[in-house]
Amino acid sequence: MTDHATDHRLGGLAPPRSTPEPRWRALRDGLFGSKPNAVLTLLCLGLLAWAVPPLLRWTLLDAVWSGPADRCAEAAGACWAFVGEKLRYILFGFYDVDRQWRPAAALAILAGMTVLSALPALWRRTTPLRWVAGWSAGLAVVVLLLTGGPDGPAVPTERWSGLPVNLLLATVGMIGAFPLAVLLALARRSPLGGVRLLAVTFIEVMRGVPLIAVLYVATLLLPLMLPSGSAIDKLLRAQIAIILFVSAYLAEIIRAGLQAIPPGQHEAARALGLGYWAAMRLVILPQALRTVIPAIVNLAVGLFQDTTLVIVIGLFDVLNTARNAAKDPAWLGFYDEAFALAAVIYLIFCVLASRYSLWLEARLRRGG
Amino acid sequence: MRNEHGSTPGSGLAKTLAGTAASWWGGRSGVQLALLGAVLLATVWLGSNTVASMERFGITPGFDFLHRPAGFEIGESVVAYAPQDSYGRALLVGLLNTVKVAAVGCVLATLLGVALGVARLSGNPLLSVLAQGYVELIRSTPLLLQLFFWSATFQALPGPRQALNPLPGIFLCNRGILLPAFAGEGTGGWVLAALALAGLLAVAGTALRRRADPGGGTLSAVAVAAVALGVPAGLLAGVLANSGLPLAVEFPELAGFNFAGGATVSPEFSAMLVGLVVNATAMISEIVRGGIQAVPSGQWEAARALGLTRGRIMRLVVLPQALRVIVPLMTSSHLNLIKNSSLAVAIGFPDLVSVINTSANQTGQVLETMAIMMGAYLTVNLAVSAAMNLYNQQLERRGRR
Repeated sequence: MTDHATDHRLGGLAPPRSTPEPRWRALRDGLFGSKPNAVLTLLCLGLLAWAVPPLLRWTLLDAVWSGPADRCAEAAGACWAFVGEKLRYILFGFYDVDRQWRPAAALAILAGMTVLSALPALWRRTTPLRWVAGWSAGLAVVVLLLTGGPDGPAVPTERWSGLPVNLLLATVGMIGAFPLAVLLALARRSPLGGVRLLAVTFIEVMRGVPLIAVLYVATLLLPLMLPSGSAIDKLLRAQIAIILFVSAYLAEIIRAGLQAIPPGQHEAARALGLGYWAAMRLVILPQALRTVIPAIVNLAVGLFQDTTLVIVIGLFDVLNTARNAAKDPAWLGFYDEAFALAAVIYLIFCVLASRYSLWLEARLRRGG
Repeated sequence: MRNEHGSTPGSGLAKTLAGTAASWWGGRSGVQLALLGAVLLATVWLGSNTVASMERFGITPGFDFLHRPAGFEIGESVVAYAPQDSYGRALLVGLLNTVKVAAVGCVLATLLGVALGVARLSGNPLLSVLAQGYVELIRSTPLLLQLFFWSATFQALPGPRQALNPLPGIFLCNRGILLPAFAGEGTGGWVLAALALAGLLAVAGTALRRRADPGGGTLSAVAVAAVALGVPAGLLAGVLANSGLPLAVEFPELAGFNFAGGATVSPEFSAMLVGLVVNATAMISEIVRGGIQAVPSGQWEAARALGLTRGRIMRLVVLPQALRVIVPLMTSSHLNLIKNSSLAVAIGFPDLVSVINTSANQTGQVLETMAIMMGAYLTVNLAVSAAMNLYNQQLERRGRR
């Protein structure tokens, strides 16, 4: 869209607008139109010639697609047989093999609910109450599935691993952070100084330290902070840390949305006799949130990527199971293949999400 | 005190202060006091629980452990360190390692990010497609995954005897990156100091020129350059002659099973730096692209009508305006890089978080170590954002003039 405008801005002489040019000529001018451009093109082609053939040889031509590990050891290319052998472990980790339909179903439910929540067509038909009820029911089913209930032996959270851990931490992180973030954003814009002070302190401290620091505090310090005799599960501690961390960033996004609403809206709502909370709930927040949906989607994608950081406190998410798969003595050292699989999983999710975000932004701009 | 004498200027000030405080507080005292009290109570409750738990494990709360010997090795260090040094010293080593990787990373990522951002807007379709692919790939995969990849790559390099030699004097092997360096202990430090002084003098001289005359007439550029280059060079020559250090460059050379001479950059630091820079470059290039696109196209057309070349339009007209959009976003990008350097703990680079983690596990002083970690990151973050805000204010002032 805007790229064409910039093309002619930066690409030497602008073509006269009145005569439509054939595309190949525009391409030729872009690639070889001037001397510096021709040099750049040759440099890029050189880079491609240097990088692409070895990459193709590794991924396709010299790759081993099936068979035992010693066949891979002889080959120069990638060992996709390793991925075939370890895919189940990388996706579901230590979960009991004969009951792995449970994490698979949990994964499907989480992904399905995320997709449903992202459809603007459904936004108008649901009320916030229905939305909360739907997610609560869905998450209850997911947790029930993962814990092993209602039939069969319980599965401790140490054995929850692989991709469901990432998706669970990210979705519950976003949903759990949401009410807290709305309150923080309102508090930061409150006329009451004490309330503002608390909100600003919390938000700035959370945004000033890395997620890993918050995860360490939750893992090492939280157990000491509770009265003796009480214990919190490690996964739950990580989840609490993530909710608190994300709520600060989400609060800043929502605050930006609140700032974009003209003060007249608030005054009009108050003139109609609405109280502060009613005005916020019915007039201000619906408009403010709408403008920041793309930013929230970006935050969610970032959070989904950041859930891999739970590795440092010893949880087994999909990146950790991938890395661990390459430590198996029978398939030792196929790190590149393991990381490639994890990268592909993340690429699929994140590219879809960023396409969705662009589409949504365009739709919102049109006022749809 | 002065309030008794009704008409002194102090009472006016006190009234304004009281008025400001009241408008800051904003009323609803009951609700606010209850909220603040509840937060305070919760903090005290959690704190007393923590102290009680620590005492149950036989740990005395307090910062005395900082003086006790740490007893663990740290792979690399900017300052001298040995296991018999104190925990305080170990934490300093960790902090300096974080600062080292973050500072070098910020500089490299800024330079490469600006170049890549300009490349994405280039009229050359091949270049802009390649740049876009790079940005998409980096932004769609977790940073930790990228760091694991770089870490595995640096570990998989051949041994010293089969070391890769991409440029003369530079070797890549599983011991790290070997670079030419100044011969003699401390020479490199003095050269760096001289370079820093030269940079400082150049910046100060330029600012002075601007102030003397916005056109830059009275103080000639040649004089500024002469001072900025001459003074540090003279000082450096004096220091080196005084201490008898040679000013010679030493190249790494294979001797037996390892390299001798030159400087070695450890594989962990290399993986961390490459990972952070590759990641932040993608983010910064997006910011730069957005900033340049935000400059109205009329500016390009007007500058071209004046007969300026593309490079000069970019440098003199577009970038100065784009900077006002770019700088605040770039600041948060740098702050992200600093925070992301905490991922070092996952690939074995001894940064602050990694040393804190070891210290907390060894001493059990969890509350203190966590407080130090949070405090260190908050301080660094506040310092960087204050510096960048200052720069941003200057930009805005320049824009208004």
